[in-house]
Amino acid sequence: MPYGPHTAGDRERMLEALGIDTVDALFDDIPADLRASGLNLPPPEPELELAARLGALAGRNRTDLASFLGAGVYRHWTPPNVDQLLLRGEWYTAYTPYQPEISQGTLQSIYEYESLLAELVDLDVVSASHYDGAAATAEAGLMTCRATRRERVLVSKGVHPHYRQTLAAYFGGGLQLDDVPLVADGDAAGTIDLEALERMLADDGRPVAGVIAAQPNFLGLLEPMDEIGRLAHAAGALFVSVIEPVSLAVLAPPGAYGADIAAGEGQPLGIAPQYGGPYLGILASTDALVRQIPGRLVGMTTDVDGKRAYVMTLRAREQDIRRDKAASNICTNQALLALAASIYLATIGPHGLRDVAAQGAARAARLEAALADAGAPRLHPGPYLNEFAIRVPDARAVHRRLLDRGVLAGLVLADAVPDEPSLAEGLLVCATEVTTDDEIAAFASALAAELPAVAAVSAPAAEVA
Amino acid sequence: MGVVGDPLQPTLFERSRPGRGGDKIPHPPKDALDRIPASARRDTPPALPEINEPEVVRHFVNLSQLNYAVDTGFYPLGSCTMKFNPKLNEWAARLPGFATLHPMAPDEVAQGTLQLLFELEEWLAEISGMRAVTLQPAAGAQGELTGILMIRAYHRSRGDTGRDEVLVPDSSHGTNPATASMAGFRTITIPSAPDGGVDVDAFEAALGPKTAAVMITNPSTLGLFEKRIGHLLEVVHAAGALAYMDGANLNAILGRFKPGEAGFDVMHFNVHKTFSTPHGGGGPGAGPVGVGEKLVPFLPAPRVLRADDGRYRLETVGERPTSIGRLRSFVGNTGVLVRAYAYLRAHGGTGLRQVSDDAVLAANYLRKRVGEAYDIPFDRACKHEFVASAAGIKKRTGVRTLDIAKRLIDHGFHPPTIYFPLTVEEGMLIEPTETESVETLDAFADALITIAREAESDPDLVTSAPHAAPVGRLDEATAARQPNLRWRPMAGREMPCPD
Amino acid sequence: MTVPADLRYTKDHEWVRVSGDEATVGITEYAAGQLGDIVFVELPEVGRSLAQFAAFGVVESVKAVSDLFAPLTGEVTAANDGLTGSPEQVNSDPYGEGWMIKVRLADAGEVDELLDADAYDALIAAG
Repeated sequence: MPYGPHTAGDRERMLEALGIDTVDALFDDIPADLRASGLNLPPPEPELELAARLGALAGRNRTDLASFLGAGVYRHWTPPNVDQLLLRGEWYTAYTPYQPEISQGTLQSIYEYESLLAELVDLDVVSASHYDGAAATAEAGLMTCRATRRERVLVSKGVHPHYRQTLAAYFGGGLQLDDVPLVADGDAAGTIDLEALERMLADDGRPVAGVIAAQPNFLGLLEPMDEIGRLAHAAGALFVSVIEPVSLAVLAPPGAYGADIAAGEGQPLGIAPQYGGPYLGILASTDALVRQIPGRLVGMTTDVDGKRAYVMTLRAREQDIRRDKAASNICTNQALLALAASIYLATIGPHGLRDVAAQGAARAARLEAALADAGAPRLHPGPYLNEFAIRVPDARAVHRRLLDRGVLAGLVLADAVPDEPSLAEGLLVCATEVTTDDEIAAFASALAAELPAVAAVSAPAAEVA
Repeated sequence: MGVVGDPLQPTLFERSRPGRGGDKIPHPPKDALDRIPASARRDTPPALPEINEPEVVRHFVNLSQLNYAVDTGFYPLGSCTMKFNPKLNEWAARLPGFATLHPMAPDEVAQGTLQLLFELEEWLAEISGMRAVTLQPAAGAQGELTGILMIRAYHRSRGDTGRDEVLVPDSSHGTNPATASMAGFRTITIPSAPDGGVDVDAFEAALGPKTAAVMITNPSTLGLFEKRIGHLLEVVHAAGALAYMDGANLNAILGRFKPGEAGFDVMHFNVHKTFSTPHGGGGPGAGPVGVGEKLVPFLPAPRVLRADDGRYRLETVGERPTSIGRLRSFVGNTGVLVRAYAYLRAHGGTGLRQVSDDAVLAANYLRKRVGEAYDIPFDRACKHEFVASAAGIKKRTGVRTLDIAKRLIDHGFHPPTIYFPLTVEEGMLIEPTETESVETLDAFADALITIAREAESDPDLVTSAPHAAPVGRLDEATAARQPNLRWRPMAGREMPCPD
Repeated sequence: MTVPADLRYTKDHEWVRVSGDEATVGITEYAAGQLGDIVFVELPEVGRSLAQFAAFGVVESVKAVSDLFAPLTGEVTAANDGLTGSPEQVNSDPYGEGWMIKVRLADAGEVDELLDADAYDALIAAG
């Protein structure tokens, strides 16, 4: 037992107190014919050997690449105090603050998280918290149905494909989900097709509960959010904005363009990529929707002596009280990641956050110029912040070959969005404040070297997946 | 601050002074944002606090010290398995190869993590007796939703579309009925029998052609093994329904009972309970789901696959059309799963069985000791947790379980789970786990017994507790009637931005 | 525990005050006490038709939630907006300021199906 305290004598003493000879007696209630056949698993591994095994596994992942991959998860500089503070056992090894008198640390930190995020998104209520951006977006979709008592939601194809797939799974219980197409060409190529949206909203027989669009969208492009919101509201629907939190230091926040709900991925706020999580699902709404928002809410109140204190509140929305009528089944959430986001925001500060966003935009502009010079221009003409698609013939093969040259050339759009022919030759690339000039130069020169080479071999070797 | 003075802290916003902090990131060029159209730009910068790093550190260190945690003391929160969280696992999750890996990186870049995930699935399949496992769900509740959506897909695939009910015992976690509703099912609540198990007659009466699934927690939320589980599973399957096991209480039965072997069709694991990943003040968790043969085609995508040459890959989009799709972005809470993997490897098969043996032994020992002063409604061998009740004390003294819980704080312990399950009057659900020493168990039992005596001799002392915590009992009514859910920094609105 | 003699009651702890063809509905002092501090009341909009014994709203306390059941069939003619800002009136004055809705009766005969004060008193005494 690597972590257990019991000596043979301790076990003996407990068995004696219970008047039994062996612990087997405590498992008599498992019917004999249903007892387990035993665990066919390796023996325990001492810490030294286990550490070596884990180190070797981690070493099999490649960390030597110049990466331009974003697509919803972004590399950023995280001040080391974030993780060092997070590692304190008082945060790490506590649980949901059911006993507020001895959980004021967690409770105040959640209240601060709600307040910090409310500032960023410019809305009133922030739930703390959801699993990730996809689950938060799905919950936002369900919220719009509960609030409007309608059953149909429109989601832009500019929303991250994983989020749309998650929405589809969450909506499988009988709600309808329709994709709003993107503009195929012209100045607005790659952004939501407003005319199609207007048509879809006008379908009287199938009233729309909510419209979901992302800013920036999955392709990095800026959407006409105020216009989308206006159309949604005119049809009596709620407007859900899928946001990226760092961008909100410089982009108009959901509250400013009339969004009723904001959802998004909090990973960029001091959380490592970790191959998929744990991340932080951001979900925020106007005051009007406070009773529809799922997830934990912490409020400021006072104790019996009038001292300021914090407590989980509006609990009757939650599963442990309302059971089958709860706003959601969410229970355990991402409290520790919400704390990471708070420490990150407190440390980096408002000007620092603006610097992160603006520096990313500056690096991305440099990347765009370098890649265009190398022969890969942008796929769409519209404005972007720090992520954009480039046109690369036989993108999948080029992407593969660039790996051998030490470059992770973003995302092959044909793999992520196979049902969108206009993206077939696209690579989605991003830059942030940590992207260096050397990395950009390496990408550009590797790309320049590969482009003619691939063009030459791609005809006979079509299958390079 | 710290060991002297008022331990309570001002908010981050009150600590803010314009001009403090910053300089973590090089300033961008002045024209960095010129190409962003004005209509998309933010007019007023967000009024975030400005604090220098030393003050940030003090703020969060001091705040942390207002928390009770496993690392500071005994935390017998029933149903939550607050066991020790090994530090090696934190080290492992932070190895750059694991921590910096992008979730959309090509498979060949991610072979180490994919191998770990593949092996973890194999371990969980062996532990649960299930055929296959998905690691995608982000928490137990999402695991439940995954399981129920797969069950729905299974019935639909057979053209069996009339099943719209899910049976749930009244002692279940609230997530069970909430999950059924989310998936579009109606919940039918089944009462408990006097012995704490499912009422078989009511269960069979409710079961029928409309039943899609039953959700059973085993051991139950009362800490009791469902002795009639063999019969229950038989009648469920005879009715054409599938059986879901809520695996929240798996810590009691490792190596003793495999749900898949016994006939359950699907179950979730709470790795932050059974496999020691930290609870983090309310997450993150991870909720892998194991399934039997019938549900394998419906598992969420992408699955981790191993090719004949030993290389690992993720399924591609649309590769398995029978899948229910995805419940979240990317592959799952991989960082949490690395920790669970380390825990499993550290214990091996023999160690895991010892975990359950010790957890059950500790719970029974504590049950015996607590029984010296409290009612034990189900006085038979429990599994890893047990229910005690202060109903008798309340009748005699007016002191409630809530008061006893608050008084435990003064005695230096985190209270157990109280008023859950809802089926026990003045109940407290106590789960010691296998990583607490017998000295700790005795000290906790002594404290509970002392409080029972205090309730008789000085009830006011108990009903006004806690006396030693940073704050007293809270005004929860005002918090809910006039919710204050965010700081409104009026002065920060016009904050100038120096560049 | 007050159980006014001039009111009628349901087994689900709603009270009814009938005046002509209009009935005022609330929850009893006993029910409010069982729930604890009431923090939120969700009421139907004016004009909605209610069926006898069907759920018409929700009352929430800090840690519990309960459906409200219509004692009588009829149309909602008023809902107590005052409870939005001051839900605590359900605790402090359950038979007065804490009223919830007024209903125009569809069938006055239904009133006879409700409990009188003595019968309700006996119900809560039995626990």
